[in-house]
Amino acid sequence: MTWLFVVLGAAVGAPLRYVLGHLLDDRMPSGTMLVNWVGSFLLGWFTALGLGDHLMALLGTGFCGAFTTYSSFAVQSYDRGRGLGTTIVLLTLGPALFLCASGFALGSLA
Amino acid sequence: MRSPHPLRVSVLAAVAAGGVAGSLLRYALTLVFPASSSGFPWTIFVVNVVGCFALGALPALAAVREHPLLPPLLGTGVLGGFTTMSTYAEQARALADNGHVVLAGTYVLGTLFAALLAVAVAQRLTSRPERQLFEDEEGDL
Repeated sequence: MTWLFVVLGAAVGAPLRYVLGHLLDDRMPSGTMLVNWVGSFLLGWFTALGLGDHLMALLGTGFCGAFTTYSSFAVQSYDRGRGLGTTIVLLTLGPALFLCASGFALGSLA
Repeated sequence: MRSPHPLRVSVLAAVAAGGVAGSLLRYALTLVFPASSSGFPWTIFVVNVVGCFALGALPALAAVREHPLLPPLLGTGVLGGFTTMSTYAEQARALADNGHVVLAGTYVLGTLFAALLAVAVAQRLTSRPERQLFEDEEGDL
């Protein structure tokens, strides 16, 4: 029944991403960037906490997986032209990777 | 570029349904093709690149453009749920932390370039007005 936890997490994560994109995305897709930052931080943190399978399915595979997106990021970056596109790539990937590592470090403390 | 539409429950529901479907498909693929702790994370790499191609190509489908719920269902929903930045970041972190730094960097940059190339190729199937309409219908959030 692990897949049910994926369903529940994704059912929250995806619409939440949509709302933030709807409200904040403009030429600079701030909403999409924000969800990718926060979701990457959270997955690093959850991973370090050593949660059980069902909780990881809910929070990791489900919520973080649906909350974050690579497809919107890639299409948005490609469509905004070389200058802005490069900015979006750097401002998304740099922080996402850093925040994921930070989340993991935080979760490793306990 | 910001959407002039108000938030609609029907769109939220479409995104939720699509997001669930895309996430389940991603989850199923990770069960069938599990990642190894020291190898290249092929499963999520393929998931992300294929998802990017699909999102780049969706505006080409008239049936999708012409029903306003299909872009958020299939684009923002299914493909947004299917692809993932968080798993990608975590996999890169784990590889680097376990000493596979070059592999981590290859994964990060390799996915980026393959994904952008996929979008570039897919968008050749579309026209600018088609992409604009799809974006207005919020299929790319």
